[in-house]
Amino acid sequence: MKRPARPLFLAPRPYRRRRLRDAARLLPVFGAFLFIVPVLWSPPGEGARRLSGDVVYFFANWVLLIATAAAFARGLSRQGTAGREDEPDEAED
Amino acid sequence: MPFNLLVLSCLAYVIFLFGVAFWVEGRARLGRLRWLRSPMVYTLSLSIYCTAWTFYGAVGYAARSGLEFVTIYLGPTLVFIGWWWVLRKLVRIGRQHRVTSIADLISSRFGKSNLLGVIVTVMAVVAATPYIALQLQSVVLSFQAFAASGPTATPPPGTELTAIWLTGGLALFTILFGTRNLDAKEQHHGIVTAIAVEAVVKLVALLAVGAFVVWGLGGGLSGIVARIDASPIARWDMHPGRWAGLIFLAGAAVLCLPRMFQVMVVENSDDGQLARASWAFPAYLMLMSLFIVPIAVIGLERMPAGSNPDMFVLTLPLAEGQGALAMLAFLGGFSSATSMVIVEAIALATMVSNHIVMPLWLRLRRAEGLGQDLRGLVLNARRVSIGLVLAMGYGYYHLSGGSSALAAIGLIAFAGVAQFLPAMLGGIFWRGATRAGAAAGLVLGFVTWAYALFLPSFGPDAFLPARLLADGPWGIAWLRPEALFGTAQMDPLIHALFWSLLLNASAFFLISVLTFPGPVERLQGAAFVNVFDGPVGPERWGGGAAEPEDLLAMAQRILGDEAAQTLFEEAAGRQGKKSSILPDPTPAFLAALEARLSGSVGAATAHAMISKLVGRETVTVEDLMSVAHETAQILEYSAQLEAQREELARTATALREANDKLTQLSVQKDAFLSQISHELRTPMTSIRAFSEILSEGDLPPEMVARNGRIIQDEAKRLTRLLDDLLDLSVLESGRVQLSLGLANLREMIDRAIQASEQVKPEKTFVIWRDLASENLFLRTDADRLTQVFINLISNARKYCEAEAPEIRITVRMRAGRVRIDIADNGKGIPREAQAVIFEKFTRLPGEMRAKGAGLGLAICRELVANLGGTIAYLPGQGGAAFRIILPLRLEARAA
Repeated sequence: MKRPARPLFLAPRPYRRRRLRDAARLLPVFGAFLFIVPVLWSPPGEGARRLSGDVVYFFANWVLLIATAAAFARGLSRQGTAGREDEPDEAED
Repeated sequence: MPFNLLVLSCLAYVIFLFGVAFWVEGRARLGRLRWLRSPMVYTLSLSIYCTAWTFYGAVGYAARSGLEFVTIYLGPTLVFIGWWWVLRKLVRIGRQHRVTSIADLISSRFGKSNLLGVIVTVMAVVAATPYIALQLQSVVLSFQAFAASGPTATPPPGTELTAIWLTGGLALFTILFGTRNLDAKEQHHGIVTAIAVEAVVKLVALLAVGAFVVWGLGGGLSGIVARIDASPIARWDMHPGRWAGLIFLAGAAVLCLPRMFQVMVVENSDDGQLARASWAFPAYLMLMSLFIVPIAVIGLERMPAGSNPDMFVLTLPLAEGQGALAMLAFLGGFSSATSMVIVEAIALATMVSNHIVMPLWLRLRRAEGLGQDLRGLVLNARRVSIGLVLAMGYGYYHLSGGSSALAAIGLIAFAGVAQFLPAMLGGIFWRGATRAGAAAGLVLGFVTWAYALFLPSFGPDAFLPARLLADGPWGIAWLRPEALFGTAQMDPLIHALFWSLLLNASAFFLISVLTFPGPVERLQGAAFVNVFDGPVGPERWGGGAAEPEDLLAMAQRILGDEAAQTLFEEAAGRQGKKSSILPDPTPAFLAALEARLSGSVGAATAHAMISKLVGRETVTVEDLMSVAHETAQILEYSAQLEAQREELARTATALREANDKLTQLSVQKDAFLSQISHELRTPMTSIRAFSEILSEGDLPPEMVARNGRIIQDEAKRLTRLLDDLLDLSVLESGRVQLSLGLANLREMIDRAIQASEQVKPEKTFVIWRDLASENLFLRTDADRLTQVFINLISNARKYCEAEAPEIRITVRMRAGRVRIDIADNGKGIPREAQAVIFEKFTRLPGEMRAKGAGLGLAICRELVANLGGTIAYLPGQGGAAFRIILPLRLEARAA
C-alpha cells in the first residue's frame, strides 16, 4: 500500500510537539533509573548510608518527576486541542 | 470508645456515602455531570489502588522491610508519568471499543473470543479473592483494635460476626449502586464519586496521623530524622533483584488489576482526565507514602513490643489518647477497604456475568431466543456475582483465619494479575498476537504462579504436600515449586514472578508466531493496534435479514425502553426518516447497536445476540468469520453480480442468435416456397399441356402413346419430388425413427454401388476400394447410411465427365469415429458453389438439364446429422470429394 505523502520537515510548532512527546516518553525511563540507582550504592545500615537520606532522596526525586510530568501533561493536553492530535509518530521530522 | 458508637459512626459514614452516590446518580440522570467528571474526581477514584493494604499495611511493611514498601508506589508512578506509552492507548481503546473489563479487552482483542474472557475472569477471581479477604481482615482488625482500647462495657462481638456483617453491608452497598442500571458504557458515576470522597478521607486521615506523629510525637522534622536513623528499620537490606522486581510488579499490577482497569479505563471519559492523572495520581501516591516511615519508626519506638505494626496507624493515636484522630484514621482505613472491595466486586461481577453467566444462559436457553427481559437477567447475574465474589472473599478470610502479614497476600495477588500483562500489551502493540498465543501464555503463566507462589503460600500440607515443597514432585528437585529449574537462591516472590512471566511471555510469543489468526482476530488486532488512526470498524453486518422491530425489542430488554428508543430514533433521524422511529437495519446501524450493547453485556455476547437476530442461528466460528470478514462478503456479492451479468450476456447472445436464425429461416422459407412452386409447376405444366392435347382427340395412336408416356414420366418425377420433400421434412424435424443395429460397412457400400449402377448405366466406372479397411462393423442405421452412399455415388456417376471415370472410396478409423471419403475424378465443384451445395434445390450452374430436384445432398446432410455424424465437401482432391465422419457406435438418442 502506498503511504500517504508526508512532509519531510515540520514547521517549528509541530516540531516542538514531537520533541515534547519524545521527552514524555523518556520520562519514565529516566525515573526508573533514578529509582533503581540506589541499589548500586553501598549497602544501607552500615554507617555509610542513612535511612533518612534515602527517604529524602526518594521523595525529592518523586516530587521532581511529578512536577516534570505535570509540566509535560499541560503541554501534551494543550496540543490535543490545538492541532491534529494523533499525527502518526513515525513521520519524518 | 464504646463499640456501639464506633458502629454508629461507621453507619453514619456509610449513609453519607449513600447520599453522595444518590445525589450524583440523580445529577447523572439529568445529564449534569460537569465537574463530577472532572480530572480531579477521576484521579481521586484511581486511589483505590491504595487499599487497606496501603493504609494499614504499608506501615507494617516499613517496620519489617524498611523502604521497600515504596516500590509498590514507585511502579505505578512510572506507569503514570509514562502515560504517553501505554495508558493513553489503553484508555483510547477502552473508550472506542466500549470495553467493560480487562477480560472484555483481552477477549475483544483476540477475535471476541469467549474462551479468553473465561480464562481471564477465572484468573482475576482467583487472584482477587485473597485480596478481598485481606480487606475484610483489616477492617475486622481495626474494629478489634478500637474496641480493645475502650471501656469494655459492651463487649465487641466476635471477629467472625463482624466479618459477616461487614461482608453483608458491602454486598448491599455494591449491589445498590453497582447494579442500578445497565449503562451503555459500564460507568458508575455514583460509585466513582463516593470513592473520590473516600479517597479524600483516607488521604486526610493518613496525613493527619502523620503530622501528629512527626510534630506531636517525633519532635519536628529534625527530631524525626534523628529518630529514623536511630530506629531498627535503618538496618534494612535492599535486595537489588527484589527492589527492581517489585517496582516492575507494582507497575504491571496497576495496569492489570481488575479494579484499576475499571476506574482507569472503563470509567474514563476523555484524555484530559488521564493527562491530569498522569501527575496527580503519582502525587497522591507520594503523599500517601510520605509519613509511612515516621509512623513506623515512632510506632516501633513507642508501642509495646509484640504489637502488630500493621495497625500502628490506628493504635498509635489511640495509645496517645487522641480519640478523634483515631476515629479519623479508622474511617480512613474503613474507606480504603470498602472502596477497594466495592470496585473490585463490580469489576469481577461484570466479568463473571458477561463472560460466564450470559454466554451460558444464551447457550442453554437458545430455543427461547431473546423472549425474556434480558436487562433484569443481566442485572440479576451481576447481583448474584457480586454476592458470590464477596462470599468467596469471606470464605477465604474464614479459612485462612487471618494471616499475619498483609503485604504478602497483596503481593501474591499482584503477581497473579500481572499474568495479564503479556496478553494485554502484546494485544495493543503487536498485531501478530493471536488468540492461541494469548490463551497459552495466560494459562501457563497462571499455572506457574499458582504452583510456585499461590499454593505454597498456604503453607506446607495445606494444598501442596510438604514433601513436594521440599523435594519436588516425584523427587525431581528441579521442579520444586519454590526453586524451579534449580533457582533456589531467588527470593520466592521474585522467583515466581520471573518464571511465570517468562513462561507466559514465551508461550504467548512462540504460539502467536506459529499460529495464524482468524479474520475477526486480524480485524480486531488492526483496530486495537492502530487505534489512533481513527475508528476502524472491525464489524460490518450484512444487513437486511434483521427486522428493526426485533432489534428494538432486544435493545429495549438490554438498554431499557427509553434509552433504546432514543437510540433507534436518532439512528432513524440520521437515515432521514421523519415519521418512523425504526431505522433500516443497515450495516452501520447494526455495528453501532452492537457497540452499544457490548457496553452492557460484553462484546462476545452482544455479537452473539445480533447474530441471532440477523439470522445466523448458531454462532460458530464460521459465522463470525463470514460476518466480520467484510472483504469476503463484498467479494461474494460482486461475484454474484458478475455471475448474473454473465448470465444476462449469455441470454442476450442466445436471443440475438435465435433472432438471426429466425430471420434467416424466414428468408429461407420464402426462397423455398418460390423454389418449390417452380419445381412443381414445371412438371404440372407439361402434364397439363399434354393432357389437353390428348383430350382434343383424333390423334394418331403413336402420338397418344408418346404423350401418355411423357405425362407418366412427369407424374413420376412429381411423385419423386414430393417423396424427397417429405423425406427431408421428416429428417429436418428430427422425428426420424432410426433402427440401430450392427452392420458391416463393406456390405453397405456394396449395396450402394449396386443400387446406383442404374444411374447412367451406359458409363463404366472404375471403383477403387480397400476392402480390408472397409471391413468394419458400425452400430448405426444401415438403410439410412446406405441411402447416403447411394446419393453420393449416384451424384458421382451423374456428374463425372472424365474420359476414364473412376470413384475412389477410402475408409479410415480415428478415435472411435469412422471417416469415409467418396471422391471422383471429374472437374469437381467450383469454389463459390461449395458453400451452398448442401442447401435445398441447389444445382450447379449449367446443370439445369440434370434430372434431380437438387435435394440429394440436402437429404444426405440431414441423414448424416441424424446418424450423429457430419458430411462435408473435401476440396483439392482432383475432383468432387465428400467426407463423411460417423461415430463407430451410435447410442440411441435420449427420449
